[in-house]
Amino acid sequence: MSGGTPKTLCSSGQRSLQEICHPLSAEDSSVLTPSPDVGTAAATGSIGEKDLSLPNGTPVDTSSPASSSSLLNRLQLDDDLDGETRDLFVTVDDPRKHVSTMETYITYRVSTKTTRAEFDLPEYSVRRRYQDFDWLRIKLEESQPTHLIPPLPEKFVMKGVVDRFSEEFVETRRKALDKFLKRVADHPVLSFNEHFSVFLSAKDLNAYKKQGLALLTKMGESVKYVTGGYKLRGRPVEFAAMGEYLDVFTQKLGTIDRIAQRIIKEQSEYLVELKEYGPVYSSWASFEAELQEPLEGVAGCVANCCSALEELTEEMCEDFLPVLREYVLYIESMKNVLKKRDQVQAEYETKLEAVAFRKEERSGVSPQMPTDVEKCQDRMECFNADLKADWDRWQNNKRQDFRQLLTGMADKNIQYYEKCLAAWESLIPLLQDKQENGKPETN
Amino acid sequence: MRTTAAAAATMADSGSGDIAVTGNRDLAAGESGSDAKNTTAEQGTTLLKTMEINVAEAEKRTGKNAVNMLETYTVYLIETRPVDTVSEGISPTPDSLWRRYSEFEILRNYLLVTYPFVVVPPLPEKRAEFVWHKLSADNMDPDFVERRRVGLENFLLRVASHTALSNDKIFFTFLTEENGWKEIVFETGFQAKADSRLKALNATFRVKNPDKRFAEMKHYGDELQSVISQLLRVRARVADRLYGVYKVHGNYGRVFSEWSAIEKEMGDGLQSAGHHMDAYAASVDDILEEEEHYADQLKEYLFYMDSLKAVCRKHELTQFELEMAAQDLSSKKQQREELATGTVRTFSLKGMTSKLFGQETPEQREAKMKVLEEQIQEGEEEVKEKNSECDEFVNNAWCDIERFKDQKDHDLKEALISYAIMQISMCKKGIQVWSNAKECFNKM
Repeated sequence: MSGGTPKTLCSSGQRSLQEICHPLSAEDSSVLTPSPDVGTAAATGSIGEKDLSLPNGTPVDTSSPASSSSLLNRLQLDDDLDGETRDLFVTVDDPRKHVSTMETYITYRVSTKTTRAEFDLPEYSVRRRYQDFDWLRIKLEESQPTHLIPPLPEKFVMKGVVDRFSEEFVETRRKALDKFLKRVADHPVLSFNEHFSVFLSAKDLNAYKKQGLALLTKMGESVKYVTGGYKLRGRPVEFAAMGEYLDVFTQKLGTIDRIAQRIIKEQSEYLVELKEYGPVYSSWASFEAELQEPLEGVAGCVANCCSALEELTEEMCEDFLPVLREYVLYIESMKNVLKKRDQVQAEYETKLEAVAFRKEERSGVSPQMPTDVEKCQDRMECFNADLKADWDRWQNNKRQDFRQLLTGMADKNIQYYEKCLAAWESLIPLLQDKQENGKPETN
Repeated sequence: MRTTAAAAATMADSGSGDIAVTGNRDLAAGESGSDAKNTTAEQGTTLLKTMEINVAEAEKRTGKNAVNMLETYTVYLIETRPVDTVSEGISPTPDSLWRRYSEFEILRNYLLVTYPFVVVPPLPEKRAEFVWHKLSADNMDPDFVERRRVGLENFLLRVASHTALSNDKIFFTFLTEENGWKEIVFETGFQAKADSRLKALNATFRVKNPDKRFAEMKHYGDELQSVISQLLRVRARVADRLYGVYKVHGNYGRVFSEWSAIEKEMGDGLQSAGHHMDAYAASVDDILEEEEHYADQLKEYLFYMDSLKAVCRKHELTQFELEMAAQDLSSKKQQREELATGTVRTFSLKGMTSKLFGQETPEQREAKMKVLEEQIQEGEEEVKEKNSECDEFVNNAWCDIERFKDQKDHDLKEALISYAIMQISMCKKGIQVWSNAKECFNKM
């Protein structure tokens, strides 16, 4: 554990602070003072001058414009500013299969466009596989323990049950990976994470991964919170409310997932019967004269409805269910972050108690609050602030995501009915025409 | 619910007005020909033109049956009213009487026997068939009773709009005399004829020269029965599945409501969307009830095929009888020839014995000849009669079959149109509900 104050920041990359541009500086420098100086805590208006550090001793520099809480305070409505202030755009596309002697796997193209100075180039295009995304997520969790890290699609798929190389599966996964990176890119703190930048830009990620491991052992970068057995007295109201909300929300999501699956099942069974239904009209038409055309018409309509239904069911499977499941994963990781926060609080409270106890013993003397307890307190307050800010942002994203998801579901159903309606409506004039003539149609 | 029956009648009526089908108004059924001349005045008119007929209500009754056991049954109220009073603006109370399903069956059997050349309309099914699981198969179920009421009305209207059937006295009495009708109809002796008819229908015999058209019609009847049965079976399964899809959506209503309780901004949108999901789930009941209607229209023609095939069978029967009579005559003529020329071309025991024991005496031969001549005379009369019977039957029956074909094409096309309209309505409702839900989601 180094005694000095290294300029390196876990959350803002290897550069020195002076070299980091304020993310908003390009757009609106009047509102915010870009202050690369470490000393001017006033500009940040957040936690203050306390010397905060992570448990491994690496100090957290809250005076940096890139520090979490300060940024989040200003970027509350960051969704609305998206189009104007974003300077980092990430896309995941172009899945390709790679076959080697050892294994077969899929890689995705990760394209980046950015104006951020910490990137050497304005554009990048690299290929990554799921393993790489997984690595990135772990790294983010380790280096940003106070933040909510977006979830990844599930890692393991049962071989034989799901075809890992089917178009649908790959596409579903691609969308989820794309969403993951976009969420990270949109996060005011996570997007500046060194691992993230490397992920987006490095030609050889594996080399970096190995190097990272070495660094780990050297610098003790790992910020794993040891569950030191600290007992938490009680969660503060706001965090308890978060926990409760997450519990109920998980439940409801689970129910919705089950309902959606049930609907898909019922629709599939309905489709099976419909596919038998249409052809009966055709075989009837085969021995009719006058009625042949109307009957074939009905058979055709039913067939059209069948394909419309197939599309609807497919879309629900591919677009709706995966997003639901993603949120369940998101909530799980959030619950873990809450638990970590509890641990930090517990540690602080325990240490505080110990100090108070000792204070009592040496009556009269009011000792300086030992730096250890101070550090704990700051750590806790930092965590709480980060979490609150992230929570609000998460709630907002959640609202948008679900609005999009549910309107999407409504849209798909509307389209289904519109297709069926068009089919049946086109049949009516054909039938009624003949009925009015009362004679066999000869044209 | 009434519209189909009335519409069916108008359709049937419009088709049959110009067809001169000689009917049999007399109570002594079975004899065609001479009596038909009396009906020329009535040709072209149907009862429906002068009388309005409704099956207005259904009621449950309990009573003792033939074996003195208590049973519950349903009776149906038949209302009749002269047409001119209605058009004059006066609406007098209609005459009415109650009939149960079994009486309708008796009437129909009477008509089948009395007008063998007519494709007699069918009754609604005796027991509920082709039901999907939510539909009751219970005869006492009110929905079933209601659909049966409509079916019975439809039956009466079809009979009343048929030129031959509608002028039948027994039919008229059925509509107007509650008591004593059964005695009157049994007095006609149709029952005995009904039994022999059934026997004949089920007998196997080979006809040498059947009218091809009837054979084709019979084949068509088989095919149509088969395909409609299949259609109704699959449709019932489709209805079952559709019901499931809609009803599961109702669960969204509940969960959205529960979820909205923990949300701030999203709550209202979710809650109201949930209501729409409930409405969506509930809408399937009406949709499927309407579809039962379509199923009933198909069923009518499924059952109609029995009548059609029966007419074709009757033709075969008359043709067969003609052929038998002709064959008989031909063999008698041959015997005469042999007797006259003394040659024995056909093997007969008599021939053998006469060969062995000597020829007959001229007197014996003459006596035999006389008998043969008489028989041949009778035989020729019989063949002539059977021939004209056959011809008449073919003409009358084919006339009615043509009428029936037009009616069937028209009715089934109408049924398909109304089915398409039902589907359109269902789609529009679906679009409406999901658009409403989408609006709510957008407010989240």
